[in-house]
Amino acid sequence: MFRSNEGGYRPEVDRIADIWGSRTPHGRGTRWPVRVDQRLADGVEESDVDRWVQSACVLCSNGCGCDIAVRDGRIVGVRGRADDIVNRGRLGPKGLHGSWQAHGKDRLTTPLIRRDGELRETDWDTAMSAIVRRSQDLLADTGPLSHGFYTSGQLFLEEYYTLGVIGKAGIGTPHMDGNTRLCTATAAAALKESFGSDGQPACHADIDLCDALFLYGHNMAATQTVMWARVLDRLEGPGRPRLVVVDPRRTPTAEAADVHLAPLPGTNQALLNGLVREVVERGWFDREYVDRHTLGFEELKATVAPYTPERVAEICRVSPADLVRAAEIFGTSDRVLSTVLQGFYQSHQATAASCQVNNLHLLRGQIGRPGSGVLQMNGQPTAQNTRECGADGDLPGFRNWDNPEHVEELARLWNVDPLTIPHWAPPTHAMQIWRYAEQGSIRFLWISATNPAVSLPELARVREILRREDLFVVAQDAFRTETTELADVVLPAALWGEKQGTFTNLSRVVHLSEQAVEPPAGARSDLDIFLDYASRMGFRDRAGDPLIKWKDAEGAFDAWRECSRGRPCDYSELSYERLRGGSGIPWGGERLYADGVFPTAAEYCEDYGHDLLTGASTTPADYRARRPDGRAFLKAAEYTPAREQPDDEYPLLCTTGRSVYHFHTRTKTRRAPELQKAAPDPWVELSPADADELGLGEGDVVRVESRRGSVEVPVHIGRCRDGVAFLPFHYGFQAANELTATEWDPVSKQPLFKISAVRIRRV
Amino acid sequence: MHLATYLGLLQTSLRTLAGAFREVASGHGDEPDVRRTCEVLASRIDGQAEKLAPVVDRYGEHREAEPERLHAAEFEQTRTGGVGLLRDLQDLYALSSFTDITWTVVGQAAQGLRDQELIDVVNACEQDTARQLAWLKTRIKQGAPQALIAARD
Ligand code: SF4
Repeated sequence: MFRSNEGGYRPEVDRIADIWGSRTPHGRGTRWPVRVDQRLADGVEESDVDRWVQSACVLCSNGCGCDIAVRDGRIVGVRGRADDIVNRGRLGPKGLHGSWQAHGKDRLTTPLIRRDGELRETDWDTAMSAIVRRSQDLLADTGPLSHGFYTSGQLFLEEYYTLGVIGKAGIGTPHMDGNTRLCTATAAAALKESFGSDGQPACHADIDLCDALFLYGHNMAATQTVMWARVLDRLEGPGRPRLVVVDPRRTPTAEAADVHLAPLPGTNQALLNGLVREVVERGWFDREYVDRHTLGFEELKATVAPYTPERVAEICRVSPADLVRAAEIFGTSDRVLSTVLQGFYQSHQATAASCQVNNLHLLRGQIGRPGSGVLQMNGQPTAQNTRECGADGDLPGFRNWDNPEHVEELARLWNVDPLTIPHWAPPTHAMQIWRYAEQGSIRFLWISATNPAVSLPELARVREILRREDLFVVAQDAFRTETTELADVVLPAALWGEKQGTFTNLSRVVHLSEQAVEPPAGARSDLDIFLDYASRMGFRDRAGDPLIKWKDAEGAFDAWRECSRGRPCDYSELSYERLRGGSGIPWGGERLYADGVFPTAAEYCEDYGHDLLTGASTTPADYRARRPDGRAFLKAAEYTPAREQPDDEYPLLCTTGRSVYHFHTRTKTRRAPELQKAAPDPWVELSPADADELGLGEGDVVRVESRRGSVEVPVHIGRCRDGVAFLPFHYGFQAANELTATEWDPVSKQPLFKISAVRIRRV
Repeated sequence: MHLATYLGLLQTSLRTLAGAFREVASGHGDEPDVRRTCEVLASRIDGQAEKLAPVVDRYGEHREAEPERLHAAEFEQTRTGGVGLLRDLQDLYALSSFTDITWTVVGQAAQGLRDQELIDVVNACEQDTARQLAWLKTRIKQGAPQALIAARD
């Protein structure tokens, strides 16, 4: 089954069936063994490969280091990099099959432009001129507030930074965001609220070192398969860590747990208040650490006081004994690592509940130490860079929009008037950008590398907005998608492997992804497209020189190094040269906050914070008055019931989520035959008891219906807790988001995909 | 003693304010954050009124013959569009400020009377009133530029 090579073992098993691959168990504190996974196109042998080109996988936030196999100028496979600290040679099913097979299929190779209601092929000059003309007309007529940019979590750092500068200093619009709003906005928000700035405190090696692992709303076995392989290797090795999983479904992740808590959707905050209360009441917290390094203990203690195990059990419908047991594992293990993902982020009280995870760690001083810490996970591969570079609402370099000094810094760096840089109000989040487009005040919307016509909530509404006569939509993608079909201009973009750039994974590890092959004739890199737009628009700085001074990826990276200098995400020590060969390198060192000093000083922090219940901003004066000076915030909030509750008409709660075989809206993974075959169609999952009550059997086709819309899919009886239905969100047909509501968390503004009341009927 | 009068005024203004938040919530349902937050705040104001009720009973709510200047009814007709939303939020801000300062007045009297029960009620409610004002200000700041510069309605 295996043949060894110099780097370890190369399993030749079917990785669709054996998702996580063969085990390489190891004990606590020992190095995770190398296991090199490789996949080459059928008929291609290793000796046929002309070149191996360094990169990292872009099909989830784990960011596994890999090499791209090239033969005759075409990508013919991938191999994990043995010396990368993230994956030590491994790749999962998506990386092995999905990362490279889409390149030659159904690509967009000519720009398209809408004429007489139809998208027709055109040339680059015509397409770009049409964009620039509309852009300039609107700027003259209404000004920058007419422009919105909606980008991705899948481009490269260089592209985001360029887009950020165009939007913030060229156009001067606050309406910029990414689909990262749907995936990791809450990670960023929770980190800012607790620690003063974005930035993951922990690292991958903490999995090798922990005594207890807590996964909050994180189905790691499906979403980051290589990370889960690392956990499985600990679970099967000597000195197994204890595992606690919070998820309303009994996923493979939950099956491996010592304690599985399955709260009703919408009740995470009650559950976490209960855990915090136990840790406080039982005296499992570190008084000295709390006194020296945190603010807000008394308020937190008072807020959680009413959340006794019995009360929490009643709200969340979990067993009080399990809750107490989970708290005990948290409170008594020497080294605890926690990860948080969509089950919390896309849910009611998202930021509040995610902050409670930070609080648990702060209470015990379990942060910044080997094996202890928090990973507020990312979903998409390059989401961290969207946040760092200012391609979402935030200012580049984790700068604070409410701090005039930070705005000055950027104005000096770019040599523009500080007034150009929008900083008069919080940046406009994606959901609000779409609302302004719906109301007709945003009339130019540039969408890059994402497919909102499948991924946003309440799709009927999204389609209506995209079809509006007065909204000019630019869509930039490698393939035709549900979104490009509704655009006015479509720009064909290059894919990963066809362009150069860097990106940063969920543990701050930066990888360089080299260009392996040429893009198909007619397609251009997203960076080149943005640069072309900037030059056609004639954006200038105060000296009259071009605003954007770089011409290629490395130039953009070097400009970013300067921009990030002295900020928490400081890239100034990194360079393409240093990133070549060997492993990816984390910014900020292996772990953050080892010294217990957090980036909360008023002049340094990324954000002054919010009221977790309403999202009201803390004023600069109020923030300063608390004198955080490097101490972290223990933020508290009571539990409030979600707006949408099951009732007689819509008795079940529906959550949406992921399949192990697909990424996002499947634009790449459905073009990999193995992945497509493994999960070709959507389905709905129900608990055995609920299926029984509805008189449904496996495979029966049903209509799942919410107040917004419906889908017709077959039933799969399985992993949900009673009262809960599950739909995968990847599919553009029978799309789960027909059902979801336009509603979001007050602090992170992340939509609530995980909580829609539905009814189910046999078709 | 005029405290009873003031307690009556406070109780009325809380009821009015909760009603106004609810009107704005339902009138601006297309702004989901406004709808949701106004609902949450309204139910918390109900909670404040509940906390205050025993004290009001104790002093005897005394409604002055003074002309009533606070009308929740004014919110029944919420406005539309970006500017309409701003104006409605601004009205809420004014009403909420009125309640805020009324709490302050009552709080001062409570100190003077060494009425521990009332002091506790005021302390417990203060933060929530600050929260209303902070949220309204945040949301107004967010919406103002778009409504005043780019909106077409
Ligand atoms: S775990 Fe994520 S990054 Fe690694 S191979 Fe799989 S999809 Fe790619």
